[in-house]
Amino acid sequence: MENILQQVGIDNYIYLSTLLFCVGIFGVLYRRNAIVMFMSIEIMLNAVNLLLVAFSTYHQDAAGQVFVFFSMAVAAAEVAVGLAILVAVYRNHNGIDIDNLKKLKG
Amino acid sequence: MLTLFYILSAITLGTAFLTILSKNPIHSAIYLVLCFFSIAGHYLMFNAQFLFIVHIIVYSGAIMILMLFTIMLMNLNKADEKNKPILSRVAAAVSFCLVALILLATFIKSQPVINEYKVSGQDYQSIKVLGQVLLNNYMVPFEFASVLLLVSMIGAVLLSKKEHINN
Repeated sequence: MENILQQVGIDNYIYLSTLLFCVGIFGVLYRRNAIVMFMSIEIMLNAVNLLLVAFSTYHQDAAGQVFVFFSMAVAAAEVAVGLAILVAVYRNHNGIDIDNLKKLKG
Repeated sequence: MLTLFYILSAITLGTAFLTILSKNPIHSAIYLVLCFFSIAGHYLMFNAQFLFIVHIIVYSGAIMILMLFTIMLMNLNKADEKNKPILSRVAAAVSFCLVALILLATFIKSQPVINEYKVSGQDYQSIKVLGQVLLNNYMVPFEFASVLLLVSMIGAVLLSKKEHINN
């Protein structure tokens, strides 16, 4: 039984997930559109999931994949609630530009 | 295998960048679907069949459909977004580079736990084994996940309901 990690190596996957996570951070900081910021958060979640699967294969343990399954369930719940909040914001402000949401500022 | 990994990684990172940099939110969503499919390809390369299927169903199916519907509901499918001021964009790029530098430097200097990687040949990621682990060892978190999904569904309905303000 052969394994992908013998050919690719765990470090390549670590670098890929790191870069993907940083792209997500960049997206959250760079854009004003709240939906695209949301997508960047999804990218970050996916980077972490990918690394969890890589380590699950590395240690040959099923627990990592079960954890990814739970994290996907939480991501689905988070997206449903977050998009509902965005719809409510859009109704009240006529737009989802994040810079208009300054009413909470002290 | 190594070339396949590099191609998939290039697709993943490229589409992730295009998601962030494209002006039109619809294009962002479509690039994000491509990014999710390439991550599913990574899962397939790990031979994690269960997660491959679940990832495609949950992310490329449910989450992206939800996002596309929201974008169309809000009539955002036009590229009229103003950019952030130049200072905060430069700050975003600089912090991206710094975080990437620090994390990559940490991981490049680190030593692996297992020096020589051996395959035990034991089956640990087929759907049968995963189902047994999920429903034996992780039974309670599994039930809590279902409660969480129910609560989030009720919350989403309550939040997006039209409020009648009587003044």
